[in-house]
Amino acid sequence: MSPDLERALDRISRVRGVRGSMYVAADDGIVVARLLMETVNGKAVAALAASLARKVEGAAAATGAGRVRFLQMDAADGTLLIAPAPRDLLVVTLADPRVNVGLCRFEMMRAAEAAA
Amino acid sequence: MTTTVVEPWTKRPLTGYVAQSSARLVVVMTPAGQVLAQHGFARAVDLMGVAALGAAIIASSGALADLVGEATFGALFHAGQRHGIHLAACHMPRGSLVILTVFGRETSIGLVEFFFDEFAAALRAAAPADRERGPVLAENFEAELGQSLASLFGR
Repeated sequence: MSPDLERALDRISRVRGVRGSMYVAADDGIVVARLLMETVNGKAVAALAASLARKVEGAAAATGAGRVRFLQMDAADGTLLIAPAPRDLLVVTLADPRVNVGLCRFEMMRAAEAAA
Repeated sequence: MTTTVVEPWTKRPLTGYVAQSSARLVVVMTPAGQVLAQHGFARAVDLMGVAALGAAIIASSGALADLVGEATFGALFHAGQRHGIHLAACHMPRGSLVILTVFGRETSIGLVEFFFDEFAAALRAAAPADRERGPVLAENFEAELGQSLASLFGR
């Protein structure tokens, strides 16, 4: 993993409640770089997050909302956060439901910049 | 789109895999290219060609793995403009099967690979217990091949 990407993922993982974060290829849904807790199935999260991001992009385009900048999915047992990044990548973070989303988003935006 | 099978135990895992992965074409075959189940093919000639080529790719990548000191390679993936293919072996109690998946832009290699793992596990769970297989005899070969094609294409 490139040191810049590694540092960016490390910063996200320092946010309390984060279970893991990854760079995912947006078109392919495969993991490019990751820093995950052992219990997280990175392959599954990457594939499903990329699929979700693509569907939301389609919905945003269809409604004239423009480019998607950030995606947040709150569920009973976890939160999935997705930020588009340059080079057709996504920054994907899986966290506890009570995670500080603002701080996560800030670090994820920095991670997206690191991929440029 | 039609799903047809020669081995009935492959049908439920295959239909589940197709529904989940949004694959367009799927072939389940032996490493020799004998088709056990398929989804999405309308013509026998296309299916037989794809099966033969898929089996050949798996055989040559196995030989390449051997040359570089690997026991086996994982899945092969080729991306095109409109279609991608995923080709992988699935290890079963009675030997390996080869599974070729063709998918379009409506899904992704990540999803196909994720659901492929579940498909392989479902096939292993559904496979009948090990049994003695009779030798393939020249006099039966033509009839068995014809029977397989009839099962797959109903003619």
